[in-house]
Amino acid sequence: MTDLRTPLSKVRGLGSAKDGTHHWWLQRVTAIANIPLTIFMVVSFVGNVGKDHAEWVAWLKQPLVSVIMILFVANLFYHLRLGLQVVVEDYVHDHGTKITTMLAISFGTVLMAALSIFSVLRIAFGG
Amino acid sequence: MAEFSLPKNSRVGKGKTVKAEGATNTRKFSVYRWNPDDGENPRMDTFEVDMDSCGPMVLDALIKIKNEMDSTVTFRRSCREGVCGSCAMNMNGKNGLACTTAIEDLKGDVSITPLPHQEVVKDLVPDLTNFYAQYASIKPWMQTQSTTPEKERLQSHDDRAKLDGLYECILCACCSTSCPSYWWNGDKYLGPAILLQAYRWLIDSRDEATGERLDNLEDPFRLYRCHTIMNCANACPKGLNPAKAIAEIKKMMVERRG
Repeated sequence: MTDLRTPLSKVRGLGSAKDGTHHWWLQRVTAIANIPLTIFMVVSFVGNVGKDHAEWVAWLKQPLVSVIMILFVANLFYHLRLGLQVVVEDYVHDHGTKITTMLAISFGTVLMAALSIFSVLRIAFGG
Repeated sequence: MAEFSLPKNSRVGKGKTVKAEGATNTRKFSVYRWNPDDGENPRMDTFEVDMDSCGPMVLDALIKIKNEMDSTVTFRRSCREGVCGSCAMNMNGKNGLACTTAIEDLKGDVSITPLPHQEVVKDLVPDLTNFYAQYASIKPWMQTQSTTPEKERLQSHDDRAKLDGLYECILCACCSTSCPSYWWNGDKYLGPAILLQAYRWLIDSRDEATGERLDNLEDPFRLYRCHTIMNCANACPKGLNPAKAIAEIKKMMVERRG
């Protein structure tokens, strides 16, 4: 059966979502935030190479390091969540599969972020 | 999911070879052939063209093939000077206008296929219905609310200059059909050509519907499928930069949020 809708009707579809700018902007903001955070992490990790477990723990227990670590993890997983959404929107066309995949990505990234932040807090406040 | 291989009835087979009898200076042109009426798969026919009696452009070779070797070869052409955009096709893997693409600039045997990822009407003729509907959807005309002036609508030299690099677009679809985002989501993503045209009206100082135009574009698919891949700028036979126009639209979107 031929689709009798006009080409313009198909293109106009359900109309504009009036959305997308916020996502696009946040993706850039988190990308920019990632630059200093990643530099700090890489420099610190390289500086800590060779230290034993107790020294690593002591390093992470410093308030500023703990806070930056939490910011790093939170920003990273949020950026990951935004980026994966773009990939899904690009390549997954079935509506049901798309929603299921997006839910899995959202839950997965939030879970990983929560686990990471909890780990940092536990070291920071632990005995 | 996006499809990365052709369906069975679209797999391209090898077609016939037509030689140029008695010619010494020849080039091989491999041309995509598909006829909707014969139920066959597409095929690549090879034509040996006598370059001593052929014009310099790919379109000259196609016209010579149609006139002298196989009159059923089907393609669009009109102005033969890069103004109308009809003869947009893919030559040796790059989209362009057959009339402004010199044969000597193409290396080896010349492979000619229709614009990528569009449905084919016949041979080198793509179905651009969706592309034209998308163009209509951005309302490509002046929209105003002020009382219509008695004379022309005035525009400063500086404001007029903002249309340079935009008004030259001939809607040949070379850019849109070279864009992977348009391949995967061409039903919803407007693509580089239409977005460049949309920006042409957004930036026009005489137009009074800028906000409504931005409203219409603000959509994860219509606008934000552009990932600055830049194939569009690379493909444009007029040397325009649709990616830059799209970036400007994104900047306007952010700007109006305050």
